[in-house]
Amino acid sequence: MILTDGSESSIKSFLRTLSPVDQVGADARAAMLATRSIKTSSKVWAIDIAISMIDLTTLEGADTPGKVRAICTKAVRPDPSDPTVPHVGAICVYNDMVKIARDQLDASGGHDIPVAAVSTAFPSGRASLDVKQRDTEDAIASGAQEIDMVIDRGAFLSGNLAKVFSEIEFIKGICGDKAHLKVILETGELVTYDNVRKASFLAMAAGADFIKTSTGKVTPAATAPVVLIMLEAVRDYYAMTGKKIGVKPAGGIRNTKDAIKQLVLVNETAGPEWLNPQLFRIGASALLNDLLLQRMKIRDGHYAGPNYVTLD
Amino acid sequence: MTFEYAPAPESTAVVKLKPEYGLFINGKFVPAKDGKSFATINPSNEQHLAKVAYASEADVNKAVAAANEAYKKIWSKMPASERGKYLFRIARILQERAREFAVLESMDNGKPIRETRDVDIPLAAAHFFYHAGWADKLEHAGMGSNPKPHGVVGQIIPWNFPLLMLSWKIAPALATGNTVVLKPAETTPLTALLFAEVCQQAGLPAGVVNIVTGDGKTGSLIVNHKDIQKIAFTGSTAVGKGIARAIAGTKKAATLELGGKGANIVFEDAPIDETVEGIINGIFFNQGHVCCAGSRLLVQENIQEELLEKLKRRMALIRVGDPLDKNTDLGAINSAAQLAKIRELVDSGDAEGAERWSPACDLPAKGFWYPPTFFTGVTQANRIAREEIFGPVLSVISFRTPQEAIEKANNTPFGLSAGIWTDKGSRILWTAKHLKAGVIWANTFNKFDPASPFGGYKESGWGREGGRHGLAAYLKGVH
Repeated sequence: MILTDGSESSIKSFLRTLSPVDQVGADARAAMLATRSIKTSSKVWAIDIAISMIDLTTLEGADTPGKVRAICTKAVRPDPSDPTVPHVGAICVYNDMVKIARDQLDASGGHDIPVAAVSTAFPSGRASLDVKQRDTEDAIASGAQEIDMVIDRGAFLSGNLAKVFSEIEFIKGICGDKAHLKVILETGELVTYDNVRKASFLAMAAGADFIKTSTGKVTPAATAPVVLIMLEAVRDYYAMTGKKIGVKPAGGIRNTKDAIKQLVLVNETAGPEWLNPQLFRIGASALLNDLLLQRMKIRDGHYAGPNYVTLD
Repeated sequence: MTFEYAPAPESTAVVKLKPEYGLFINGKFVPAKDGKSFATINPSNEQHLAKVAYASEADVNKAVAAANEAYKKIWSKMPASERGKYLFRIARILQERAREFAVLESMDNGKPIRETRDVDIPLAAAHFFYHAGWADKLEHAGMGSNPKPHGVVGQIIPWNFPLLMLSWKIAPALATGNTVVLKPAETTPLTALLFAEVCQQAGLPAGVVNIVTGDGKTGSLIVNHKDIQKIAFTGSTAVGKGIARAIAGTKKAATLELGGKGANIVFEDAPIDETVEGIINGIFFNQGHVCCAGSRLLVQENIQEELLEKLKRRMALIRVGDPLDKNTDLGAINSAAQLAKIRELVDSGDAEGAERWSPACDLPAKGFWYPPTFFTGVTQANRIAREEIFGPVLSVISFRTPQEAIEKANNTPFGLSAGIWTDKGSRILWTAKHLKAGVIWANTFNKFDPASPFGGYKESGWGREGGRHGLAAYLKGVH
């Protein structure tokens, strides 16, 4: 089903068919879902599925090959003392670290863990299309199987929707069947929930495999109402087109409680069929250690100190 | 594997149930004079909770005499700022003991702990705080320079929000300087009796608040008592009419908060996901045991199909079960009698040709339960479109034009609440102007605040509760 031909007028008229979002109501729904109490056996299940959904991320100017190798080793076996812990969903790094990450994952038995590269002049997206093209091609050539691109928020906010659309379409063309495309909306800069809903549909119609909340460089990032609205968007898009698009909240999800709240949002919004790493990822770094500590607590009956989990 | 939520039950250890409760008269718990009592049960599992004294004429007389005495000797002579202090103290104790009240309310009423914890109890405390502030500012409320209380007021409250309705009644009555004889509903007396303990804990002078438990007969003894100057009643329209008849020709003042058949009107440009939440909240909040429930869904014809699809999907997610489980959305029906009434009206809907839908859901074997339900193909002439069901049953009616929506919404003997769902501000104002309902929500539903007056048109009642208007109901000669 073709929702829009990519022209400015066709995109605008398509986005106008979308139902508006009431901010007060969306906030209230997200707050209500945050009161779900997840205990005992459901908590055990939730922790493991959350680990398997993590895009273990390091996106610092000061990243070193050593640090990237360390998180790759950890990605394969998050808790060295417990082989029953599942591996994470992916590794997420800058372009120049993609090859290092791929090699390390392959060397430590993580063949099936993909490397995601942040691309298209991450995090601002302020570069020419040529630069964005080279950026993406470079990442794929280095072994990235997932591309986390940013949208041009300036174009979106000024109403130049065709530019946003064509850029996503173009990058999708480069990814082809070599890489999955995640489109970062940077919801903290879009500000309104109506914008989040529109940008979600715009990205999906242009070919996104995943829609992602944030770069992690802007606050607020993955707030519960924003994730709720994106989950409603993928659910509605599936009803329209029969195509399932993934969702990736990133930024600000630091502990087990936050992660479980995200899973509840998925379960009661998009539905249980989205509760797997193919359709839901959590972009995070510190979260993994808290999930591991909670897992140990349930297993051993007491909390372990921070030195019982690895640094990177 | 799917994400099953393991049971997360709230502990009942915080509640210390006594085997037997007396009447709270003149600051003390006393047995009924003739020793009669009745049992109250947990409607979610039919387990016996406690025996409660049954107040007959001698007991009601004693309670009214205590209230009269307290009014004349203490409460009417006390500086208003002192009255306010007691109300503040009660409000704080309610907050301190919130968990105890929330658990007990869920046990006695059957409503989910999520609602007692997040709505009933916090709002009850808020009503006391709000009115505590008014106590010494009444001369600035715009009701004359020296507004006077009625004296002894008789208050009769329903079972749907036991402690909250108690606070809607007692807080303004005490703030304005009246003393109180209150009768909680027969099926839900326990939080009112726990509130009596709070009055003791707060050091409230004896006789200012008296709580007598019993049934309709006890209520009519209060209504007809010669020393009661004002009646405040919340409950069914039939009983309300009886009270109006009983006090006609007497000097008794009255506020009646009665039934409703609220229209929840959804226009084509509504924010659809939030509207679905609002519909759910409108009719399934508190099992639909809400006088202002949005029990008629008026939906614009061109979005009905899409809206109902979304509503079905959402209703399938409603978690029905143990009221004390923190993840329960829909609890138990309050009594066997109420369940029978819901079934009778639903049967009439089936018989009159409306189409019924409920999601698949397992209901507990013991206790009183009804699944979330809606009817489509409902006409204005069906009983389910006209009579208050007071249960989790929604009647869906379509309309084409805003004018038709108004006509259908107003075509009811009731006039308590309405909801409007649209993205257009101008349409909200136009619709609200033409609706005959005491409370109108725009893009939300079932939101309450002590500062906001609540009450109905037509058969939904007389007078307002809450806000400045609510104070007027407890002051002499102010309307």
